[in-house]
Amino acid sequence: MTTPLTPPPKKNPLKRSLTPTSPPGVRSRATLGLTAAAAEGRFMLQTCAECGTVQYPPRDACCKCLSVDLPWKDISPTGTLLAESTVRTSTNLYFRERAPWRLGSVQLDAGPTIICHVHGDVAPKSRVILSNRLDRSGQGVMMALPEQRTPDMEDDPELRAMSSDPKHRRVLITDARNPNAPTLAKALHDAGATMIFVGEAESWLPNPQRDALTAIPGVEIMALDVTDTTSVKELAGEIGGKLDILINNAQFVRPGGAMARGDVGFAQDEMEVNYFGLMRLAQAFGPGMCSRTADGVNSAVAWVNILSAYALVNSADYGCFSASNAAAYSLSQNLRNDFRASGLRVMNVFVGPTEDDWHQELPPPKVLPPAVARSVVQGLKDGLEDVYCGDVAKDMIERFRAGPKILEREMTKGQQG
Amino acid sequence: MSTLTDLTQRMASGEVEIVDLTHTLDPDFPVIILPPEFGQCARFRMEEVSAYDHRGPAWKWHNISMSEHTGTHFDAPVHWISGRDVPNGAVDEIPAEKLVGPVVVIDCSEGSAQDDDFELTPEIIEAWEAEHGRIPEDAWVLMRTDWSKRRGADYLNMREDGPHSPGPTPDAMRLLAEERNIRGFGTETVGTDAGQGAHYTPPYPAHFILHGAGKLGLQCLANLDQLPATGAILIAPPLKIRNGTGSPLRVLALVEK
Amino acid sequence: MTRPRQSYEGVALVAPVSIPYQRYSIETAHWWIARALRGSLDAAGLKPADLDGFSVASFTLFPDTAVGLTQHLGLSPRWLDHIPMGGASGVISLRKAARAVQSGDADIVACVSGDTNHIDSFRALLSSFSRFAMDASYPYGFGGPNANFALLTDRYMHEYGATREDFGRIAVAQRDNALKNPGALMKKPLTLQQYIDARPIADPIALFDCVMPCAGSEAFLVMTVDEAQKRGLRYATIEGAIERHNAHASDPIQLRGGWTVDIDELYNQAQCAPTDIDLLQTYDDYPVISMMQIEDLGFCSKGGAPDFVRNHDLTITGNFPHNTSGGQLSAGQAGAAGGFIGLVEAIRQVTGFAGPTQVAGATRAMVSGFGMINYDRGVCSSAAILKGGAA
Repeated sequence: MTTPLTPPPKKNPLKRSLTPTSPPGVRSRATLGLTAAAAEGRFMLQTCAECGTVQYPPRDACCKCLSVDLPWKDISPTGTLLAESTVRTSTNLYFRERAPWRLGSVQLDAGPTIICHVHGDVAPKSRVILSNRLDRSGQGVMMALPEQRTPDMEDDPELRAMSSDPKHRRVLITDARNPNAPTLAKALHDAGATMIFVGEAESWLPNPQRDALTAIPGVEIMALDVTDTTSVKELAGEIGGKLDILINNAQFVRPGGAMARGDVGFAQDEMEVNYFGLMRLAQAFGPGMCSRTADGVNSAVAWVNILSAYALVNSADYGCFSASNAAAYSLSQNLRNDFRASGLRVMNVFVGPTEDDWHQELPPPKVLPPAVARSVVQGLKDGLEDVYCGDVAKDMIERFRAGPKILEREMTKGQQG
Repeated sequence: MSTLTDLTQRMASGEVEIVDLTHTLDPDFPVIILPPEFGQCARFRMEEVSAYDHRGPAWKWHNISMSEHTGTHFDAPVHWISGRDVPNGAVDEIPAEKLVGPVVVIDCSEGSAQDDDFELTPEIIEAWEAEHGRIPEDAWVLMRTDWSKRRGADYLNMREDGPHSPGPTPDAMRLLAEERNIRGFGTETVGTDAGQGAHYTPPYPAHFILHGAGKLGLQCLANLDQLPATGAILIAPPLKIRNGTGSPLRVLALVEK
Repeated sequence: MTRPRQSYEGVALVAPVSIPYQRYSIETAHWWIARALRGSLDAAGLKPADLDGFSVASFTLFPDTAVGLTQHLGLSPRWLDHIPMGGASGVISLRKAARAVQSGDADIVACVSGDTNHIDSFRALLSSFSRFAMDASYPYGFGGPNANFALLTDRYMHEYGATREDFGRIAVAQRDNALKNPGALMKKPLTLQQYIDARPIADPIALFDCVMPCAGSEAFLVMTVDEAQKRGLRYATIEGAIERHNAHASDPIQLRGGWTVDIDELYNQAQCAPTDIDLLQTYDDYPVISMMQIEDLGFCSKGGAPDFVRNHDLTITGNFPHNTSGGQLSAGQAGAAGGFIGLVEAIRQVTGFAGPTQVAGATRAMVSGFGMINYDRGVCSSAAILKGGAA
């Protein structure tokens, strides 16, 4: 049985915070397929297109027929724990600091034997379900979980090391005015977040969501304007040292493409909020969070960007907004590089058109705030990097994978936005 | 003794005081809010370029950005459609002599304390003239409301039906612009018009009538309570922006003690 | 379809040399290899110029290979080999060198292995061991080989009822042997209780299940029997030798090695049976692997090794002399030299050069090798039967 995590005591100011270390993060190119699947929570393995052999570790040719056509396919994650060990000493600092560490050898029903992490609630030599997760080096690793859910299983130290679980953690939501802010704050509270700071720009303007936000236990409204470097720096100075999860939901959206608008005014606003806003937040909060990724139960763990699915491909009706989101998406990849060594995970939630004033002219389906909140919280619990929220976003990523050029041509029919 | 030598000596001795009528340019200072489908007034923003560091070892400087109508600012006639054709209507064209001149202050602070939508009417102007004499031609007229002492949400005073703050009625503007032929009109609020100024005919009379008549505007002024009703000199030169419709500026007054 | 294996007749193994191991060394692999080579040449009364074949096994030569070593050491062989097969490299080096000598491609081949051990070089070696390990084994606790063998040990115990005491018998007997080997790292006796009480490393593996990484080198020479006799050297002959790679790939976890594929041919080639073997040198990176070899080499049935070690005395003077120099468990694991330690000791034993570890009347020895945990199991296996020849 997993021992439930207790709220961490106040930090002893005389104790040095651990410097972040990383599990081994070097992989062959073939094995990055596992990472790509883990980034969105899928269990996939190389499957030979010619003979159907499911193989692991990933190879450059089929170990049965030497075919080099080896697509990654979703595979049943069930198997049997053949053997296990508990590593009590390691030459790798990350595992040395976290010993003892349970691992095992699982024979998948689909064939291959997989060395994997083993959840504490898995009984010896029992049936297991493998979960493909990102570890703190940002690479896909597999973990054996018990077949049936067990109480508090998320609190297992190995599983928690893979996840970005909000439980007992302190969160900043950057924009109290975004329609999704109250639902998001509530969902984080329900998931066990202890403090939920919510940034509010221009307190001299009324915020109709203020009461709903302050009614949620743990919520504190803080002055924050992501377009104002001073404001971002000031808040980072105030709460940056105890922030575990940052959720950037600040967004400026107006319809229209470059030709329809005829000026760069809104485009500047879009870039100021959607792109430069993210950059200012990263420059102010990133270093502090990166230094606290090994800080015990409430360590810094994740950076969440709520992006438009139009970051993937330009939507003509929102041409300039799409461009600003593409910029933000690209910057998030840069942050992934810069946060990599610390293990701070950047999770992008790609959201389809939302049910609000600025998407009024679009037909359904549109995304409501509870769906965004669910995607964020579940994504954090599963430790994901990429989440697609809403039918439009899911449809778009599927089309994108089938062929980005085809999708681009579909999205740029010629009607001016 | 020359006039200016005399003036500088009096300034040094404190007999002539310099009053700063300007709010600090601050990213969080309110700006006028339009319905969101319109382009908005850019807030004041400042980005560090270097600060005696690797980006510039011996110097510190910032890049700043804002609207022409951010903070304590000047409105030129071309700001409004009614003033688009007046001669020398852009900030760079306004003759320098218009930027320094006499100023009178109409104190509406008591009424504004009672009523957020307090109106400056011809009656109030005439009552003021009964006390202080006729408003001189080509003078700045400032409406004192003590609104500059408000902070945060109280300043814009935004409600469901829009902002609520004092301002002139169309008739008051006609009186000042057309009959008194003033140089310009200034307020302590975020605009020269009342918060609910959209509901007058014409809408926004302090813009429409004032600029249509080629007159100037000043808003977001501070410290009007330190000015006498008459007799002060206002120094209000905007940045010389080509075809500019306005400009943030430092507004000073010379006041004889 | 399978053709009969050619015999190794006419090939002699001479001049076995072990350079005493050190826990850490500031020297390089080149230095250690040079010392063993020099020792072997001296023992045979040869000069470097007399060599025309050279075979090397080492993990820590980087960025050099056998090629770089020829210039480094001033050798000009007409036959050169580099054996990257870890624990299986000794017997495999021997097989190749023997065929070179038989065919006339070389007259005198030096088979040398050696590695250094700097502070942190074991960690560095692990970090770049194999692609599968990098992709699919290190990220899981980074227990190194300890963790891999812990998994095999756990399954072996589960399948065959082996106990920690059974593994302990192997370790304790080898420590007993090592105390007679002045070159061994371990100098203190080990009791079964000490073995049981040892600090856990990766359950069920504890401290005395693990070898100690160290620096060291091993060498021997391969030449014709005629040449050996001409030079008056005591020599061993190869009665049979096998190797196999990636056997039993579909076994979900390794409980047997590649020996099972070829063992019958080995005994057939050597014209003998397990009962004819006077001493056994297994590759002992962990006791479970020695048990696997005792089974797979035909000394007992599969799963019978726990019982076998309960009923046999594995010391030099016992009824089943095993890893007589102390093996890697007690002498140390000098990198790729771990693949040579048993072979060089076996040559000493059957030629009567073993000195304090000599098994009385040893004429026929079996040596086996096992190497390269590429992912979840050892991929290479090898074995040979050696016999003492006349001087």
